[in-house]
Amino acid sequence: MAEVRIRDVRKSFGHVEVIHGVSVDIADGEFVVLVGPSGCGKSTLLRMIAGLERISDGQILIGDRVVNQVPPKERDVAMVFQNYALYPHMKVYDNMAFSLKLRGADVGDLDARVRRAADILGLTALLDRFPRQLSGGQRQRVAMGRAIVRDPQVFLFDEPLSNLDAKLRVQMRTEIKELHQRLTTTSVYVTHDQIEAMTMADRIVVMHDGIVEQIGEPLELYDNPRNTFVAGFIGSPAMNFVRGTVRANGGPGRLEAGEGVSFPLGDGWSAHDGRPVVYGIRPEHLVMAEPGQPAVDGEIAVVEPTGAETLLVSRIAGAEFQAVFRERHAFRPGERVALAPLLDKVHLFDAETGQHL
Amino acid sequence: MATDAERVRAQETAAPIDLWTRLKYDRNWLGLWFMLPAAAFLLLFLTYPLGLGIWLSVTDTRIGRDGVFIGLENFEWLNQDPVFWLSVFNTFLYTIVASILKFALGLYLAVLLNNHMPWKAIIRAIVLLPFIVPTVLSAIAFWWIYDTQFSIISWTLTELGLISENINFLGEPNNARASVIAANIWRGIPFVAITLLAGLQTIPQSLYEAATIDGASRWQMFRHVTYPMLTPIIAVVMTFSVLFTFTDFQLIYAMTRGGPANATHLMATLSYQRAIMGGNLGEGAAISTAMIPFLLAAILFSWFGLQRRKWQQGESDD
Repeated sequence: MAEVRIRDVRKSFGHVEVIHGVSVDIADGEFVVLVGPSGCGKSTLLRMIAGLERISDGQILIGDRVVNQVPPKERDVAMVFQNYALYPHMKVYDNMAFSLKLRGADVGDLDARVRRAADILGLTALLDRFPRQLSGGQRQRVAMGRAIVRDPQVFLFDEPLSNLDAKLRVQMRTEIKELHQRLTTTSVYVTHDQIEAMTMADRIVVMHDGIVEQIGEPLELYDNPRNTFVAGFIGSPAMNFVRGTVRANGGPGRLEAGEGVSFPLGDGWSAHDGRPVVYGIRPEHLVMAEPGQPAVDGEIAVVEPTGAETLLVSRIAGAEFQAVFRERHAFRPGERVALAPLLDKVHLFDAETGQHL
Repeated sequence: MATDAERVRAQETAAPIDLWTRLKYDRNWLGLWFMLPAAAFLLLFLTYPLGLGIWLSVTDTRIGRDGVFIGLENFEWLNQDPVFWLSVFNTFLYTIVASILKFALGLYLAVLLNNHMPWKAIIRAIVLLPFIVPTVLSAIAFWWIYDTQFSIISWTLTELGLISENINFLGEPNNARASVIAANIWRGIPFVAITLLAGLQTIPQSLYEAATIDGASRWQMFRHVTYPMLTPIIAVVMTFSVLFTFTDFQLIYAMTRGGPANATHLMATLSYQRAIMGGNLGEGAAISTAMIPFLLAAILFSWFGLQRRKWQQGESDD
């Protein structure tokens, strides 16, 4: 096991720079998730840690060693690929044993390690099968087995659950997390799915357009997003945003959003009187307004019950707002509804920079 | 549920379908219609010539004179003929040496072309050139390259001071054999290389990345990933390559006409010489017919080579 330090790493393909100076410190035994929309550079960063892409500038350290010039096989990392990358002509056993065989490992030791990994992942009965004869989840497990067998310093996961169906994805998510708790090997996990990131990570690195937007523990990112990108990316359904101007007018302020619509604000925003801002409120922080409570009035557009909760889409000031209710209400499309934001959960961002105020 | 009586009544009341409608609309008949053109084509251009060739081989037909059935006399005659056995030997030598070298060089070239390199598309197009040039044209070019007096190879080696007199490429039996084999290899490599290249490109890049991280060297990647993944394609390519080489005619006929002293006669060229030039259609056909068992063996070999490997079969869950 080892810590991984990424220092001002840049990556260019030709003249196009796709990663613009990323720095992340990953502690020994930590499970870090790189998350972001496609094209944000998260996979490229992971592949640079693995040694599959050259590092254009900056340094990556595994343990105390700068690995910029170290070939992949000497970095002591194991990688799980999105499409599993199992060798189709080798049985499960041979797939898992391949790296050890290449190193000329002692046959008895090799066998013991393969069987131990197979035991951990529940693959013992499948050792004699070819990858084609396995289901998606089983293949994914073999891919992890291949990584475990080597007992590497760092596990790298490149969107390992993207090819699985939704149910299996949730199940494998738990399995990977359990596996990490058991092996405590430093892990870097790439995904575009923020739910995966939230549920699995010790810490999340949110990336966007080749830069790090924010690094933090899952709930920290959820509670204190640094900017509109993180606020909108973390959390599902996504945070509602509306542009407007802060009006303090003495007591509790409000946000003028145009078309005569205004959103209530709590105390403490008076310093920003007259400032153009982006007002953010999460769907779960909108409640049915009590009489007299400051609220916004909207028209119900769509009602989506999921059983445990109900998603309400309503139109306010020409924009669609999502609200989530755990209790059941008799909503009907076309009706009016008064929604009250929880004032201490409101986020204001600068209208130009998108930074949290 | 309908009773038997009801079912019988239903059948009686249903409108009778006349034969013409059935021929037009029945799925099975429709299949027959669609198959007919292809079947007619195969019968006319493949089965008929093959049958005629085999028939001729058991007659004493000559050009301009219908023959009569003479049983296996042609084959008995050939069995006594040292030239025929020489051509069999030549054909095997030609096929085995050329196929092995075409495979080795073609695979090497394919692996090379599969790498990222500048001007990749142009280089690949150039590699195809020997395959595009008409065979007779390239044969003439080789004929000139191998010329006793004006050979560019002899000239170069002389200039370099490596030899003192011109090499007699096509005049000496073993030189001639080596020369025509070299020409065949030159011509056959593109087919092998481009087809194997197509096969190489179906191997997912992630397998190589996985192997890289697993610690495989370039040779180990070739040995444990590329080669096993390529075996099905290799089986197809080499079957075709062997068939083409075994039945080769143009290159030899344009360059040496089987000479010197029959040293480069293949079964195909000998058959042509005896049947068309010599007029003994029966005997020539017998030589061609004698090729059939060898070709069948090659096809059977590929049939088993082409059997899907166990790892390619599997559940249909993906």
